Amino acid sequence: MTSVSIDGVRKAYGATNVIHGVNIEIDDGEFVVLVGPSGCGKSTLLRMIAGLEEISGGQIRIGSRVVNDVSAKDRDIAMVFQSYALYPHMTVADNMAFSLKLKGIAKPEREARIAKAADILGLTPMLKRYPKQLSGGQRQRVAMGRAIVRNPQVFLFDEPLSNLDAKLRVEMRSEIKALQHRLKTTMIYVTHDQIEAMTMADKIVVMRDGVVEQCDSPLNLYDRPANKFVAAFIGSPSMNFIEGTIRTVEGHPSFVSHDGVILPMPSAAVVPDGVSVTYGFRPEHLALGKYDGIGAIVRLVEPTGSETMVQLRVGENDVVGVFRERVSAAEGSTIHIQPDPERVHLFHAETGLRLA
Amino acid sequence: MTAATVQQSGAVSAAATQSVGSKRPRLLRWLVHLVVIVFIALWFMPIMALLVSSFRPQADTASSGWWTVLVRPVFTADNYFLALDQLKVAGSLGTSLAIAIPSTILTVMLSMIGAYALVRMKFPGRTALSLLLVALLITPPQITLVPLLRLYNAVGLAGTIPGIWLYQVGFTLPFGIFLLRGFLASIPQELYESANLDGASELRTFFSIVMPLSRPIMASLGIMAFLWSWNDLLIPLLFMGGSGMSPPITVNLAGLVAQTTQGQGPLMAATFLSVAVPLLLIISLQRYFVRGILGGAVKG
Repeated sequence: MTSVSIDGVRKAYGATNVIHGVNIEIDDGEFVVLVGPSGCGKSTLLRMIAGLEEISGGQIRIGSRVVNDVSAKDRDIAMVFQSYALYPHMTVADNMAFSLKLKGIAKPEREARIAKAADILGLTPMLKRYPKQLSGGQRQRVAMGRAIVRNPQVFLFDEPLSNLDAKLRVEMRSEIKALQHRLKTTMIYVTHDQIEAMTMADKIVVMRDGVVEQCDSPLNLYDRPANKFVAAFIGSPSMNFIEGTIRTVEGHPSFVSHDGVILPMPSAAVVPDGVSVTYGFRPEHLALGKYDGIGAIVRLVEPTGSETMVQLRVGENDVVGVFRERVSAAEGSTIHIQPDPERVHLFHAETGLRLA
Repeated sequence: MTAATVQQSGAVSAAATQSVGSKRPRLLRWLVHLVVIVFIALWFMPIMALLVSSFRPQADTASSGWWTVLVRPVFTADNYFLALDQLKVAGSLGTSLAIAIPSTILTVMLSMIGAYALVRMKFPGRTALSLLLVALLITPPQITLVPLLRLYNAVGLAGTIPGIWLYQVGFTLPFGIFLLRGFLASIPQELYESANLDGASELRTFFSIVMPLSRPIMASLGIMAFLWSWNDLLIPLLFMGGSGMSPPITVNLAGLVAQTTQGQGPLMAATFLSVAVPLLLIISLQRYFVRGILGGAVKG
């Protein structure tokens, strides 16, 4: 029954601060994903939770215990590394037994735990094989098996799927999620892939440059991003942004882009006149209008079978649209698009913070 | 008539070119095999000559070349009996083994510990120590001979086998540490971290993870150290003078070459015996030799 508390945690290498005061609360049994671009500090934070890096400031609590000065092996956690870190000279069974032997667990109990973990992960026929005889996906499962047999309070994953091919990644994603449902253990997962984050997490922590940008459930991050960075990071293809100002047009407030295109505003928005804003809308929230809507020049049509991606030009801006229906416009022709006003996001042009 | 002949000859010549073309790769392969066999024969010939000569009676060796045994095989083991007994070759082999085996074991163990410390531990003076090792690596042993001999005499190590161990291990250690260091550095950091998280102490990681993984490179170092120790003439010659036991095989052989009263036969026998031991060692461990040298270069 373990929650994890990250309280004002900082990390500095010499004089350089790489993590500046991070606060995250993780509840017992939650699947939390730390996501962000390369260099944002997510792996460093994970390693601090594991005990592989020193904590420069703040506190980390696992359960009710402050673990700042507790060595990694005593924190009752298990970690799955990006490159699996299997012991090459040991069989799969020995790899899984290593930590148990060190803890002094008796042989029958050891064998029982290994058999159970192997059963969950489908590794039973491979127990006598060596890592070099296994495929990437199988090695990854052995790495997870090694973690499972220890019955830890918290599982840590450091980009475990990065070394797998796309198809295997999709398969392993659901396997890890199913594992979490089965074991009900707290899991902290680091990735740079926002799709992995969206599909697996109960809660996502978006990080940038050592700071938490937003911490919320996947759908909340998608529907109400707190700032422009999160809005652009979550969702693929990423959100379209157009710069402009709020003007009163024909009596009610409207968004006017710098090149004069007028776009619809969400009904609940209360933004004073004259404020410079960034207008954001997702490619999937565009509707094709017959004759009404905003004129856009088609630059490229990319059908993927289930949907069609269209690269458009609206005034001076490049805009991407994703449509469920087939779009048969020729390149260079003009089509009409309508962003869904209720799904529009407005961000302050300078701070990037959400306005509406 | 003419046209038909031209056509026919054209077809024949085309067929001929085709058949020669298809034979060419096979011919090339046979050529390569031939060259390899020639080289093997050339390299093996001296040992062959040595072996054959050592089994021939003295009179025959003096009068004809070793290849005559192919026509008139006459063999005797007299040379061996003479060498082993009268010329103390048996004792020499024993002394050489007594020097080489502990020397090898000590070199490998200490190199392993030293390399591990250099790779894994951060301590003040680490860089200075590494530079010192490099300096020792390029130090010619000759300049240390006189001071060390005086020191040995003062301490009472002169003429003892432990004294030889000390010298040989000391001078092989820098090389050993660097060889192992390269390999140990190629072990990924995550393997250590994983062992750490699994609950392994530094010592436990060393014995359960690092040493099993390092077996190939340790075997290569062992082979090299053994060969150097076994073939060492200078140090035993200088440092073991006045000792009561049989001289090491190298010293013994050097002495045999100088004296000609016994004839060449026993010398042949003694030489072959001194070659046989390392030969057996290399043949049995040869797969580690190559693998170990390359092991540091390619990460598994």
